[in-house]
Amino acid sequence: MNDTLAGLLQVGALIAALALCYRPLGSYMAHVFTTERDLRVERVIYRLVGVDPRADQAWKTYAVALLAFSFAGVVLLYAVQRLQSGLPWSLGFPEVAPDLAFNTAVSFVTNTNWQAYSGEATMGHLAQMGGLAVQNFLSAAVGLCVAVALIRGFARSHTGRLGNFWVDLTRGVIRILLPLALVAAVVLILLGVVQNLSGGVDVSTLSGGNQTLPGGPVASQEAIKELGTNGGGFFNANAAHPFENPGAVSNLFEIFLLLLIPVCLTRTLGEMVGDLRQGYAILATMTVIWVVMLAAVWAIEAAHPTAAYDLAGSAMEGKETRFGVPGSSLYAVSTTGTSTGAVNSFHSSFSPVGGGLLMLNMGLGEVAPGGVGTGLYGILVMAILTVFIAGLMVGRTPELLGKKLRAGEMKLVALNILTMPLLVLGFTGLALALSGPRESILNAGPHGLSEVLYAYMSGANNNGSAFAGLSANTPFFNITLGVAMLAGRFIPIILTLALAGALSKQATVPRTSGTLPTNGPLFVGMLATVVLIVAGLTFFPALALGPLAEGL
Amino acid sequence: MSTLTEPTTPAADESPVADTSRRVGGGLLDPRTLVTSLPEALRKLDPRVLVHTPVMFVVEVGAGLCTVLAILDPSVFNWAITVWLWLTVVFANLAEAVAEGRGRAQAATLRRAKTETTARRLLASGQLEDVSATALRIGDHVVVEAGQIIPGDGDVIEGVASVDESAITGESAPVIRESGGDRCSVTGGTKVLSDRIVVQVTTNPGESFIDRMIALVEGASRQKTPNEIALNILLSSLTIIFLAATVTLKPLAIYSGADQDLLVLVALLVCLIPTTIGALLSAIGIAGMDRLVQHNVLAMSGRAVEAAGDVNTLLLDKTGTITLGNREAAEFLPVETVAAAVLADAAQLASLADETPEGRSVVVLAKRSYGLRERSEGELPGLTFVPFSAQTRMSGVDLGEREIRKGAASAVTAWVRERGGQTGEEVGTIVDAIASSGGTPLVVAEQRHDEPARVLGVIHLKDVVKEGMRERFEEMRRMGIRTVMITGDNPLTARAIAEEAGVDDFLAEATPEEKMALIKREQEGGRLVAMTGDGTNDAPALAQADVGVAMNTGTSSAKEAGNMVDLDSNPTKLIEIVEIGKQLLITRGALTTFSIANDVAKYFAIIPAMFGGVYAGLDTLNVMRLDSPESAILSAVIFNALVIVALIPLALRGVRYRPSSAASMLRRNLAIYGLGGVVAPFIGIKAIDLLVSTIPGIG
Repeated sequence: MNDTLAGLLQVGALIAALALCYRPLGSYMAHVFTTERDLRVERVIYRLVGVDPRADQAWKTYAVALLAFSFAGVVLLYAVQRLQSGLPWSLGFPEVAPDLAFNTAVSFVTNTNWQAYSGEATMGHLAQMGGLAVQNFLSAAVGLCVAVALIRGFARSHTGRLGNFWVDLTRGVIRILLPLALVAAVVLILLGVVQNLSGGVDVSTLSGGNQTLPGGPVASQEAIKELGTNGGGFFNANAAHPFENPGAVSNLFEIFLLLLIPVCLTRTLGEMVGDLRQGYAILATMTVIWVVMLAAVWAIEAAHPTAAYDLAGSAMEGKETRFGVPGSSLYAVSTTGTSTGAVNSFHSSFSPVGGGLLMLNMGLGEVAPGGVGTGLYGILVMAILTVFIAGLMVGRTPELLGKKLRAGEMKLVALNILTMPLLVLGFTGLALALSGPRESILNAGPHGLSEVLYAYMSGANNNGSAFAGLSANTPFFNITLGVAMLAGRFIPIILTLALAGALSKQATVPRTSGTLPTNGPLFVGMLATVVLIVAGLTFFPALALGPLAEGL
Repeated sequence: MSTLTEPTTPAADESPVADTSRRVGGGLLDPRTLVTSLPEALRKLDPRVLVHTPVMFVVEVGAGLCTVLAILDPSVFNWAITVWLWLTVVFANLAEAVAEGRGRAQAATLRRAKTETTARRLLASGQLEDVSATALRIGDHVVVEAGQIIPGDGDVIEGVASVDESAITGESAPVIRESGGDRCSVTGGTKVLSDRIVVQVTTNPGESFIDRMIALVEGASRQKTPNEIALNILLSSLTIIFLAATVTLKPLAIYSGADQDLLVLVALLVCLIPTTIGALLSAIGIAGMDRLVQHNVLAMSGRAVEAAGDVNTLLLDKTGTITLGNREAAEFLPVETVAAAVLADAAQLASLADETPEGRSVVVLAKRSYGLRERSEGELPGLTFVPFSAQTRMSGVDLGEREIRKGAASAVTAWVRERGGQTGEEVGTIVDAIASSGGTPLVVAEQRHDEPARVLGVIHLKDVVKEGMRERFEEMRRMGIRTVMITGDNPLTARAIAEEAGVDDFLAEATPEEKMALIKREQEGGRLVAMTGDGTNDAPALAQADVGVAMNTGTSSAKEAGNMVDLDSNPTKLIEIVEIGKQLLITRGALTTFSIANDVAKYFAIIPAMFGGVYAGLDTLNVMRLDSPESAILSAVIFNALVIVALIPLALRGVRYRPSSAASMLRRNLAIYGLGGVVAPFIGIKAIDLLVSTIPGIG
């Protein structure tokens, strides 16, 4: 079997598996977020924490709860890292430096999992499991909450209430993420991923040398890392490490995991707004972008434009031979199209244009299919923008799912769309303008520019993958990337919740033949085009000086 | 009453009849107006004015910056860019100035009607005093006689007069204004042609109808509409994104060893930000109002025009809108023993003196169907007409030996029985059939000398649906608009007419309260409602409706309650108003799409020009094979400026609108303005480059 065929079969199997889960998981999530009944364990939690699960919150209350919860997470994670040496299971690692601890705490709470450190060489098991892995669940659940709140904004009318953050959070963790992660971890163990609590085993190699084989609760962390589109690897090499991702099957399974919830959430959307076709249309848009990106990256990587590539037969530098070009491209496009950021190959070693496409894929706002929850609310915001521009062309005040898009709504959408590009371009420009940060750049010329651009693209979009080469563990990068992650995560969240609040106050306009249909192929094409054009126009100059300058 | 003083109204002689300029053709843009609007366009360069248009303000700041740079470092290229950046701003101002200029011509006409008038105020004592019209206050009574100008808006409280309202409606046929009822309102500036009326003033000076009209057409009171605000927010945010992209390009370029002149970055910025729609946005809005005025509709706010595009439900009064004002005879249905021609003849005779439209229609039908010539009274000896009275509920004619009656079934059958006649079941059957089909039966009977009276047959009177209404409603349905017919008829009649006209729904035996309830019901379901009305009892509903079009013939309270006034008083115009509202939004959307789509080509022109020197690979992006970096950048800037001028006619005329479903409309507009917007600049920039590259210092 040649590489291409194997790759196509992998894509086919992936799509089939997702299709199989689409309806049951999507409907299940819709049920989870609409049912009135609490599980006993949830009731216990509500009583312990002291929240009234039936309290329907306005957007501000919802947002304040969400922010307070996330802020507490940052403080806690920061403390665990700073006090590491005094805590159990530290494996003897010292406390983490303040700027790195800030960066890491923010990184995990924002679902970014940017790692400016090497996991196995910096964090003990408590920090990894009790701190980082916990945030892997919680940050993903927070994303789910925002998506569900926005769906409710569309589905409800005349209320202004978006549900209860604490209930959504608890249910998201207990009923969705935990069970799925449990199943996924077991499957990963079966596929050969390591799972123990040992600090590492010293072995003598065949050649007579000594080597430490690190161990740890890898499979459990791997499961939620993919499922929650987190991406923070147990090992520095992330999913390229054989203990995290032993072979082609585990590779495919991990890709499946990171696409699973974002894909199925479109079904949840369809069910909760009472229009399944709307869910399909959003999914179709995500799929179109994903397929276009995959085809482009794959084709570019499989081609070998320079002499250096000719030696390997294709652009294999930085890729694992057990995954090959298709397995690496599939993983790379999926991880940058979601906000996962896990990698099984080194994006810096992709051909320049291929790497540029991965950057653009993040620059799209990570909507194909995007992170857990973030992908859905991200693309819904883009859908509003699309409807607003194109919808005017049918001669009505633009509306999406029966909600009119007027100045108030558009203000929130405009700010939302502004946030990420401003962070990415602003910090990239700043880093390149200052001589200190420029020293972190490994390669000269356009590739060096790509290293910096990629870092901020990854940070502001809460992706977390890195373009190898940049020495990011410096106070400047730790702090600016930390700010980019925080702002890139929470500003859109606040704006999205405000938008949801405004939408839920409106009456729902009945659909007529004069309404712009938003659940058909025309809309899918339009939305995909707007997503591509907006990001393309925003980042074209920067990409021209990085990947394009290097590759053309 | 005191002696009447001769009116001394300077405007009285030069009667302010609207000239033809009031009805400017839709899409005609006289190139001369571009020139005449130039001074105004230059005046608008004032930053304090321009700051309200954020996109163009950014261009102006950029142009100012470039001027400084060009002075410091003069070169053909630098000056060429600077000049064209200034031209971009001027062209944008020109678009607005041209749109406003058209309104100003109309305002001038209106102003002539407003020239200082002397009013004759009626004092409590019954005395008349001459005062300036501007001294009139709400509640004052004034006397206006033939040949005088009505000094202010008000209601007629005494008398009846024919009034020339051409100053505001453009319609030269005089209208009747009388006290009481729904025709009591008069507008200041119109001229009384006959008789004498006493008017109670209802507005203070400066707030009158004409004042508001002038302000509206001049755009002075123009406020940004909700959609315009939303669009402005979007355009501003795009501007900020592109500002970030160009500002940060400076350090990126320095890092790359390809530092860029500030001037080039400004040129890039101006090309990227949505200048096309930014420049034309306010012109589109003004032109939209203007189009309404050309249709003789005054919108009190731009908000109402936009709402018209969104309307989901149209409430249309049956009479006058869906049907012709009056019922017409449609058919003669004789009883079995009588020939149809006999019935027609009798019906015609009975209707000769009946001057009501219904009566006339019987005469017409008899002539049309049976060739019965209309006879004049003199031809028939011994003719006595029996007029209709509320007691007898019938009318007719006595011809000596022969008496003919027509009227309501119960009245005429009673008359027949009184005179010894029989009324068979047959008549009842015919009458019921007509009634259940929504028509009105008129029974015709006769009595010849000494014979028992007998029923001849029944005239079927029915409402005549205006021609083409079914098709209009079909279009409405395609546009997603539900039409509801409002009528005072019984449900049976209403249903029959509704079916014939093709409306979606009807409200029968409608009272003002029910109408109001219907509007509220629709609005609760999230629908926008439009309606027309003229009577005082329509006022609450007009105010409640999202688009309330008051007829100019209506009462002042109706006009006050509605947010539009139709000067032609043609209720059917609601449909056109909806179309104009839609066209306004479509034009905005189309030009926004076009503007954004343009950016693709501009990148392909400018980025290779900026960096092709350092990274030769980027020159492959120069797909247009533009001559030199300078010519590429200049061509993009020139295209960006010229496209504004090229699109002014479209902005003023509006994108062509044909009623169709949203999906097909979208597909069509996307193809033209989306795809066209991507392709057009490639061609345009290349063409300009061919010219520009011949300039020494550029090519």
